[in-house]
Amino acid sequence: MLLVDKHRPRKLEALHYHQGLSSRLKALANSGDFPHLLVYGPSGAGKKTRIVATLKELYGPGVEKIKIDSRVFMTTTNRKIEFNIVASVYHIEITPSDVGNHDRVIIQSLLKEIGQTQQVDIAAKQKFKVVVINEADHLTRDAQAALRRTMEKYSPNLRLILIANSTANIIAPIKSRTLLIRVAAPTIDEMVGVLKHVAELERFEFSDKLARRVAEESGRNLRRALLMFEALYAQNEVVKDNTPIPPPDYETLIGQIADELLADHSPARILLVRAKFYDLLTHCIPATVILKLLTFRLVAKIDDVLKAEVIKWAAFYEHRIHLGSKVIFHLEAFVAKFLRILESYLMGMEF
Amino acid sequence: MASFFDLAGRRAVAAAAQNSAVPSTKAKDPNRPVPWVEKYRPKNLNDVSAQDHTISVLKRTLQSSNLPHMLFYGPPGTGKTSTVLALAKELYGPELMKSRVLELNASDERGISIVREKVKNFARITVSTASSTQSSNYPCPPYKIIILDEADSMTQDAQSALRRTMETYSKITRFCLICNYVTRIIDPLASRCSKFRFKPLDEENAKLRLEEIAKMENVEYEDGVIDALIKVSEGDLRKAITYLQSAARLHNPIIRPKPKKITVKSIQEIAGVIPDQTIDKLLEACELEKGKSAYSEISRLVQDIVADGWSAGQVVFQLYNKLVFNDEVTAEQKNDIVLIFSEVDKRLVDGSDEHLQILDLALRISEVLAKG
Ligand SMILES: Nc1ncnc2c1ncn2[C@@H]1O[C@H](COP(=O)(O)OP(=O)(O)OP(=O)(O)O)[C@@H](O)[C@H]1O
Ligand SMILES: [Mg+2]
Repeated sequence: MLLVDKHRPRKLEALHYHQGLSSRLKALANSGDFPHLLVYGPSGAGKKTRIVATLKELYGPGVEKIKIDSRVFMTTTNRKIEFNIVASVYHIEITPSDVGNHDRVIIQSLLKEIGQTQQVDIAAKQKFKVVVINEADHLTRDAQAALRRTMEKYSPNLRLILIANSTANIIAPIKSRTLLIRVAAPTIDEMVGVLKHVAELERFEFSDKLARRVAEESGRNLRRALLMFEALYAQNEVVKDNTPIPPPDYETLIGQIADELLADHSPARILLVRAKFYDLLTHCIPATVILKLLTFRLVAKIDDVLKAEVIKWAAFYEHRIHLGSKVIFHLEAFVAKFLRILESYLMGMEF
Repeated sequence: MASFFDLAGRRAVAAAAQNSAVPSTKAKDPNRPVPWVEKYRPKNLNDVSAQDHTISVLKRTLQSSNLPHMLFYGPPGTGKTSTVLALAKELYGPELMKSRVLELNASDERGISIVREKVKNFARITVSTASSTQSSNYPCPPYKIIILDEADSMTQDAQSALRRTMETYSKITRFCLICNYVTRIIDPLASRCSKFRFKPLDEENAKLRLEEIAKMENVEYEDGVIDALIKVSEGDLRKAITYLQSAARLHNPIIRPKPKKITVKSIQEIAGVIPDQTIDKLLEACELEKGKSAYSEISRLVQDIVADGWSAGQVVFQLYNKLVFNDEVTAEQKNDIVLIFSEVDKRLVDGSDEHLQILDLALRISEVLAKG
């Protein structure tokens, strides 16, 4: 089992950082009533862990006995779609974005079914059941609309916890129906604290300096930091303050792309990096991740006066990725734009 | 162990509890906690705050008992659904309402085939007669009502299919369409309806309602809390009530013996308002002196803002307010700046990466400010 899972805190009291937030969730869970929540924050900040702990506070250890159900739903065009549901007696957890544009059907039928029935366990601590919806920011507008009246009408039987990285794609009527809970990424110090705790449990030789480097490298993403930390100790006999931290493969590859673009900015470059882009995309690295990492690698190595301009076009083409149909076009267009900016600058021209 | 989907088990429980399968917000069990937004949902037209014009027109139609087809539109949490439910109740009373009112919302399948069958079938049934007790207590007009709530999510085709039904059975069936954006309703439908606009709640009425609820729930709060609630909820009363209840829970939880007054700060925290200090720091970095690169400081601050999870929409909103109401920023600069905001807002709604967008926004603002 990975360290990330092995040492995941299970109770609100056991969570390491954001003590204020933990006590707020605890107060809400113990108030007898509990609002619909929209929990948002960057990935790896610990949203899910906090929610699982909150469920435990609401219902006791019974929520940890989960099983996976597979259900079949019919779309309006009579297509069958299979859908997995993680459930305890008290709650269910779903990821409707798994079925893409068919998410509305699932929201419509499943939530009503749950809303119309009561708790099985009469002795349950709460009268309502909880539905946790992962990746709520990927729900289609129709699926979100389908939640609206359900959240009001069935509120005696049903509470929702929506989990999202960002609230930008959540429609206003849903925001109006939920209490928004922001989960910030842990600070570097807080992360070092968690790593230290894990090191003690695993009897790792702990180095504060190294832990700090891991935390910084991870970009305040605790899940990533723990994976990196585990890899470090697995791959090295002795771990020292300055032991190199192996970046994930795809980052190395993106770093190479950046270096190649900077080393030779002739137009022919685009053809050469294309193969690498395809390689990344076929390994399911999201285009946004590629574009962002590449941008920040490039920006770190160019003259200050160019930085704002490069960011401007990165933001422009990243937006295109969401509107267009072929992500590779926009990645390449960004590279072409970057090369032009750099070339013009070197030749002393306006870009 | 019983399973979550053990429907037989659930039914047995339901039967044992002798409760109706359809949950009602008027919980039979008085100990059952109900969210305040539902507890204080207006029960009759008089309870609806702030929408004076709409309510007075509706009351007049109530007296004449001649209802037109209606279209309610306005932002979330302004009383649209509550009003139509209250109206239906005042027309028919709670019993007759069950057979005379069909409510369909976005959680119901409302494709074109449903409109052709379910809606049409309900529309054409002849009206059942009201019992004498019912008709002595309520107007019980001789038509039914079909409520199509959240109608913005209906496809154009489905809306088109409604046109005929609406006309053919208008003697015995009236429609009430509800939406947030009136432009999402096709013209031929909209033109058949009397339109009622629901405005964001004005401060005075929102205040009255919130104070009333706070009093009934014995909530104690420091000065300025209600004003803060009104400010952060922007005319959405549902949001304001949810914030109030959450704040009450946090300040006066059952586990803590001594209740504390709700503070303005906790309201802002609940509402996800970014501390002024954070926004000010970012703006300071944007105003870096000429010739020096603002990039490294701006990018560091933006990275923290993103890691702290502040919603990009909120960042944009607060930056905008700071800049546009700042007298030191010239009119020309403001003109340039609003263009940038428009673009970034659109991109965020399209699902663009928040980090890149906020960074781009800040760098471009910085450029405009540097132009002096
Ligand atoms: N005008 C109002 N007067 C009194 N209470 C209101 C009013 N508007 C909203 N509320 C409160 O907010 C809750 C939600 O209102 P309602 O369901 O009518 O909103 P809506 O306009 O239908 O919003 P949406 O567009 O999100 O569906 C109500 O239960 C009530 O507590
Ligand atoms: Mg409504």
